[in-house]
Amino acid sequence: MAVLLSLVVQAGQMALVLLLAPLLTGLVRRVKARLLRRRGPPLLQPYRDLWRLLCKEVVLAENASWLFRATPYLIFAATWVAAALVPTFGRGLMFSWSADLIAIIALLASARFFLALAGMDIGTSFGGIGASREVMIASFAEPAMLLIMFSLALIAGSTQLSTVATYMASAEVGLRVSLGLALVGLAIVALAENGRIPVDNPATHLELTMVHEAMVLEYSGRHLALIEFTSALKLLLYVSLIACVFLPWDLAPPGAGPAAWAIGILAYLLKLGACACLLALFETAIAKMRVFRVPEFLGAALMLGLLGTLLLFVSRSL
Amino acid sequence: MALAAVLATMLGQLAVALLAIGLAGRGAWAGSVLYAASAAAGAIATLAALASLLAAPAPPETLILPFGLPWLGAHLRLDALAAFFLAVVNFGGAIAALYGIGYGAHEPSPRRVLPFFAAFLAAMNLVVLADDAFTFLLAWECMSLLSWALVMAHHHSAANRAAGHVYLTMAGFGTLALLLAFGLLAGPAGDYGFAAIRSAPLTPWLGGGALLLAVLGTGSKAGLVPLHVWLPLAHPAAPSHVSALMSGVMTKVALYGLIRILFDLLGPPPGWASMVLLAAGGATAVLGVLQALMQSELKRLLAYSTIENIGVICVGLGLAIAFQANGMTAASALAMTAALCHIANHALFKSLLFLGAGAVLTATGERDLERLGGLIHRMPQTSFLFLIGAVAIAALPPLNGFVSEWLTFQAVLLSPVLPHWGLKIMVPAVGGLLALATALAAACFVKAFGIAFLGRARSAAAATAQEVEPTRLVAMALLALACLLIGLLPGYVIDGLAPVTRDLLGAVMPAQPAAPWQPIVPVVASRSSYSGLLVFLFIGVSASLAALVIHRVASHAVRRAPAWDCGYPEPSPLAQYSAGSFAQPLRRVFGTSIFRAREQVTMPLPGDLRPARFALQMRDLVWEGLYLPLAAAIGYAAERLNALQFLTIRRYLGMVFLALVTLLLVLALWPSF
Repeated sequence: MAVLLSLVVQAGQMALVLLLAPLLTGLVRRVKARLLRRRGPPLLQPYRDLWRLLCKEVVLAENASWLFRATPYLIFAATWVAAALVPTFGRGLMFSWSADLIAIIALLASARFFLALAGMDIGTSFGGIGASREVMIASFAEPAMLLIMFSLALIAGSTQLSTVATYMASAEVGLRVSLGLALVGLAIVALAENGRIPVDNPATHLELTMVHEAMVLEYSGRHLALIEFTSALKLLLYVSLIACVFLPWDLAPPGAGPAAWAIGILAYLLKLGACACLLALFETAIAKMRVFRVPEFLGAALMLGLLGTLLLFVSRSL
Repeated sequence: MALAAVLATMLGQLAVALLAIGLAGRGAWAGSVLYAASAAAGAIATLAALASLLAAPAPPETLILPFGLPWLGAHLRLDALAAFFLAVVNFGGAIAALYGIGYGAHEPSPRRVLPFFAAFLAAMNLVVLADDAFTFLLAWECMSLLSWALVMAHHHSAANRAAGHVYLTMAGFGTLALLLAFGLLAGPAGDYGFAAIRSAPLTPWLGGGALLLAVLGTGSKAGLVPLHVWLPLAHPAAPSHVSALMSGVMTKVALYGLIRILFDLLGPPPGWASMVLLAAGGATAVLGVLQALMQSELKRLLAYSTIENIGVICVGLGLAIAFQANGMTAASALAMTAALCHIANHALFKSLLFLGAGAVLTATGERDLERLGGLIHRMPQTSFLFLIGAVAIAALPPLNGFVSEWLTFQAVLLSPVLPHWGLKIMVPAVGGLLALATALAAACFVKAFGIAFLGRARSAAAATAQEVEPTRLVAMALLALACLLIGLLPGYVIDGLAPVTRDLLGAVMPAQPAAPWQPIVPVVASRSSYSGLLVFLFIGVSASLAALVIHRVASHAVRRAPAWDCGYPEPSPLAQYSAGSFAQPLRRVFGTSIFRAREQVTMPLPGDLRPARFALQMRDLVWEGLYLPLAAAIGYAAERLNALQFLTIRRYLGMVFLALVTLLLVLALWPSF
C-alpha cells in the first residue's frame, strides 16, 4: 500500500511538471508584456499553441532521416525525466535516488546532443549554424553547471538533489560565500541554457541572433510541439532547481500526508511565480548580446563555479 | 588453468601469423579463415581471463618458461590486474579480428597486415603476463615494432612513412625510459624478477627517479601530453581494425605498465606522484579534445580523442595515489575503479568508432569529413552503431561512458579532506578541466557524426556508398552491445573490479546491490547514487508514452516536402555547414590562444566577380616549441660529431688515452664524493 502511494506521488510529480511547464512560459510572457505596457497573450495561450501544433500534420523535409523524426520524442523524454527528478513539492520521492545532479545535467546534455544532430540532419546552413553555436554555448554552460554542482555537493555532502534540499533547509547551512557564487553562476547558466535574453531571444526568428530557433527551423506539427514543450519543461526544470536549492522551504518530507503535499504544491506555485516575475523583469531590463560575447558571459559563470569549489576545498565553512 | 589457456591462445596467434606468411597469395579465403582463427583465439583468451578475474581471490598463477635471460628464465604471472587487462586486450583483439574477416578483402596488401596483426596481439598478451623486467621489455618492444610494421602497411604514402618515422623514434624513447626505470627498480643487485623488485623497497630519490621514468616511458606509449605527437599521426595511418587495436587496446597496455610499476612494483607511491599525474591528465584531456575538435579527418579526430580519454584515466589514477598516500583507502578504491572502468569503456567505444570509421573509409574511399555526409541514408546500420559509440564517448547516460565519468566526478568530490595544500588547489582545477573536456567531447562528436553521417552527401563517393558486410556489422554491434550493457548494469563491472583494487590498494568499493535496477553507490549508501537501467527505462517509457498519446489523440499525418530553410534553400550540398565551419565558434574562443589560429578573409571589391577567399592558419605549439628545437639540437650535435669520423689513427689513440685517464680519475676521486 505504502509502495503504491509513493508510486502515485511520484507519478503526480511527473504529471505536475508536465502540467505546469506551459503555464510558467505563459506567465513569463504575460509579465514581460505587462512590463512593456502591452496587454500580452492570455496565460493559457501556450497550451492552445501546443494543442494546435499537435493537431497539425508534419511537413517533413525530403531527406530527413529517422534521427530527425525520433529526436523530438527522445529529447522530450530525457527532459521530462530530468524535470521529474528535481524536487518540486516534496523531497525523497520514490525514484529520486535513481539519478543525481550529475545525471540530471547529463540527461539535459543528451537532449542537446540529439537536438544539435537533428539540426544538422537536413543539411541546411541554418541547422548547421544553430547546432554549431549551441555546442559552443554548451561547452561553457555544462562545465559551469558541473562546477556549481560540485559546490552544492561539497556543502551538502551528496550529489543527490533530495539530500541537498534537505540539507539546505536545515539550520546548519548558514550564510556562505560559495552559495552566493553558486546562485549567481546558476542563474547565468539557466539564462543561457534556456536561450533567454541576453544569450538568445526566445521570441525572435531573426536569423542573425538565433541559436535554438535555427536548429529547429525545419520542424513542424507535432514534432515542433514536442520541442516547444521541451523548452518549457527545461525552463521549469531550472526554476525548480534554483527553488529547491535556494528556496528549500515547505518541501514535504518523505512519507508525508496530503496536507504537507498541498502546502508543498502551494509553496511551489508561489516560488514559480516569483521566479517568473524576476526572469521577466531581468529580460526587459537587459539587451541581447552578440554571440561572441556569450563565452565571456558564461566564462564568468565558469569562474564563479570554480571559485566556489576552490573556496570549499580550502575551508568547508566558506 | 587460465594462464595455460591464455598461453595456448598466444601460441595460436603466433601460428596464425606464421600461416599468414605461408598462405600469402592463396586468395581471400585464406585471410578470412586466419582472421576467424585469430578471433576465436581472442574469444577463448577473453573468457579465460574473465573466469580468472571472477574466480579471485584465488592465488595468482605463475609459470617459468625456459627462455629469456639464462639465469632468470621467462617469468609469467596471472593476477587480478593482469586478468582484467587480458580481458580488455583479447576482447578488443577478437572483435578487431572478426572485423578483419570482412575488411581484409578490401586490403590491397594483406601480407603486410595479417601476420603482424596476429603477432601484435600475442605480444600485447605477453606484456600483461610478464613477471620479470626482461620479458616485459622484450614483449613491449615487440608490441612497438609490430605495431610500427602495421602503421607502415600502406607505406606508399609519404605521410604514412613520416608517421612511421615519428612513431619509431618515440617508441624508442619510451623503451629507453622504461629500461632505465627497470634498471633503477632492480637496484645494484640486478635481480630483474618482479617478485624480487617488489620485496626490495627503494630510497625515495631512486624510487622517484624510477617513477618519473616509468611515467615518461608508458606515457609516451599511451599519449600523455607532451609525449603524444606520434599518436595522431600513427594511429590513423594503420588499417582501420589495427587503428582500433592501437587506440583502443595498445594505449591500455601502456597504462597497464604504468599501473603495474606505480602501484605494484614501487610499493606505495609517494604523494607527489599524484600531482604529476593530475597535472598531466588534466592538460592531456583538454588539449586532446580541443585538437580533436579542430580536425577534419575522421580517423585523426578519433586519435586525438583517444588522447583526451587517456587524460581522464590518468586523473583517476592520480586521485587514487593521492587518496592512498593519505590513508583514505575507500576513496582510493573508488578512484582506481573509475580509472579501470574508463579503461574498459574506452577500449570498447573507441574500437567501435574506429571500426565505424573503417567502414566509412572502405564504403566511400574518403577519410576527410568535408567530403562525406548523408551516410545515414546509405549506411543505416553502420551509422546507428557509430551513433551509439558517439553517445557513449560523449559521456551521455545511459551508456557506459557516463558511468566512468560519474565515478571519476564522485572521486573528485571526496577530495577536499586531503590535507596537502597543493592538492587542495589542484583537484578542483583538474575537476573543472575534466568538466570542460566532457562538454567539448560532446561537441566534438556532434561534429563527427553530424558532418559524416547527416546532411546531404558532399561528394559522389558519399552519395553512392554501400553498407558493409554482415561480419563487420556484427563486430561493431557486439561492441555497441557491450557499451549498452556496461551502461545499464554498471554494478556488476564494479564488483568484478573489486579483486583488482584489493590487490593493488588493499581496499574495495562497497559491494553493489544485487538487483540490476538498484543504483550504484560510490562510497557509502545514501550519499550519491545512479541507476543506469532505471534512467534508460524511464526515458524509454516516457518517449513511448508521448508517441502513443500524440499518435492516438492528436495527429499522425506526415507529408514530405522540400526543405524550408527560411525560404531560400541552397541546392548545392557544399553550402552546408562543413567540419571547419562547425568548429569555427570554438576555434575562435579557444584556438586563438592555444593554436594561434589566424583567419584571413579576402573579399573582392564590389563589382569584382572573383570569389572571396578564406585562409586559416593553425600551429601546433607542442610540436614547434618542443620537438622541432629538440630535433634541430640533435641534428646540430650530429653534424658536429660527424668530424670525429675522419680523424687520423694518432688522434684516435690520443682520444682513447684521454678517455682512459678521465675514467681512472673518476674512479680515484669517487669515494671522496
